[in-house]
Amino acid sequence: MKAIYTTLPRITNYKLPFAFLIALTLALITGPAPAQGPTPTDDEVNRIAKQLYCPVCESTPLDVCPTEACRQWRDLIRTMLTEGKSEAEIKQYFVTQYGVRVLDEPPNRLLTYLVPGAAILLGALLLLRGFQMWMKPSATGTGAVETGHKPSQDPYVARLEEELKKQK
Amino acid sequence: MTETSIPAPRRGVPIWAQIIVWVFLVGLLVIVALGLRRAQQGTVQPGQVIENFTLPLYSGYDLGGKNEIHLEDLRGKVVVLNFWASWCKPCEQEAAEMQQAWTEYEPTGQVVFLGVDYVDTEPEARVYLKKFGITYPNGPDLATHISQYFRIKGVPETYFIDKDGVLKYVQVGPFSSIDQIRAQIDPLLK
Repeated sequence: MKAIYTTLPRITNYKLPFAFLIALTLALITGPAPAQGPTPTDDEVNRIAKQLYCPVCESTPLDVCPTEACRQWRDLIRTMLTEGKSEAEIKQYFVTQYGVRVLDEPPNRLLTYLVPGAAILLGALLLLRGFQMWMKPSATGTGAVETGHKPSQDPYVARLEEELKKQK
Repeated sequence: MTETSIPAPRRGVPIWAQIIVWVFLVGLLVIVALGLRRAQQGTVQPGQVIENFTLPLYSGYDLGGKNEIHLEDLRGKVVVLNFWASWCKPCEQEAAEMQQAWTEYEPTGQVVFLGVDYVDTEPEARVYLKKFGITYPNGPDLATHISQYFRIKGVPETYFIDKDGVLKYVQVGPFSSIDQIRAQIDPLLK
């Protein structure tokens, strides 16, 4: 027994083994660190899938598309989520692989919405201006179209015209 | 009430505004017409010189040691361009024949088969390639550039391009026998 005591190194610092024991206990409790995250739910997959459109099934969002191609895409989304990829990373992957047309909304929203918006606004302004000019007498004219109409001498008609003016 | 001969003053939209409105309308019609024309065009037609494109290959595939293929590098060879997808059942009908034809023509060095994987996911694509033992170069149609250029209507579709880069024949749908494939390649080798 004496030999054993002399051959084994005498532990004088108790902090190190204590820390080791704590680390070992924690490792046993938590288990090995998973290489992948938990399996995403269908809702998590569909949250991204509904923002994508498969080129094979035009006008059908990926989350409700029944084809085999779409099922594969959803599986791919699930795999990428499991690998810890973010929504933006997944969408970017799909754009790289299949083109920008898979997105439900174009990436350059400013340009996409600004140009048609500006065109509509310009058209509306032109229409408004044209309508105003049509309704309003021309500055070069005398007001109403000259038809040679003179105020009526008939008192009844004159009164009627006066009433009509008042109503305006 | 008497009518006079004095002309009515001009009312309405000024001429510059009318021009803008008409330009917008004509532009819109041109865009719609071009879209309709393109939709009705169908695939690229035989006789057309095929523009260069780049096909990155799946890992494990190469052609002459290169893992990216540029069509222009294949001038002087007959190119058989096959669009397929793992989710495409009709593609499976011709997969064995395509591979068999490749095995026949590869030793000649005059024919290159290229598989373009359309709107597919790589894991399933690899399962498909392994299942049918396909050894000719295959790669994904990134961003669907190649399929859009050829205006494919579905898969499978196969395009036969001669040694000068001119499209000679388009097969829409699967081949039913290897003789059908031979019948398109052999004349291009003469």
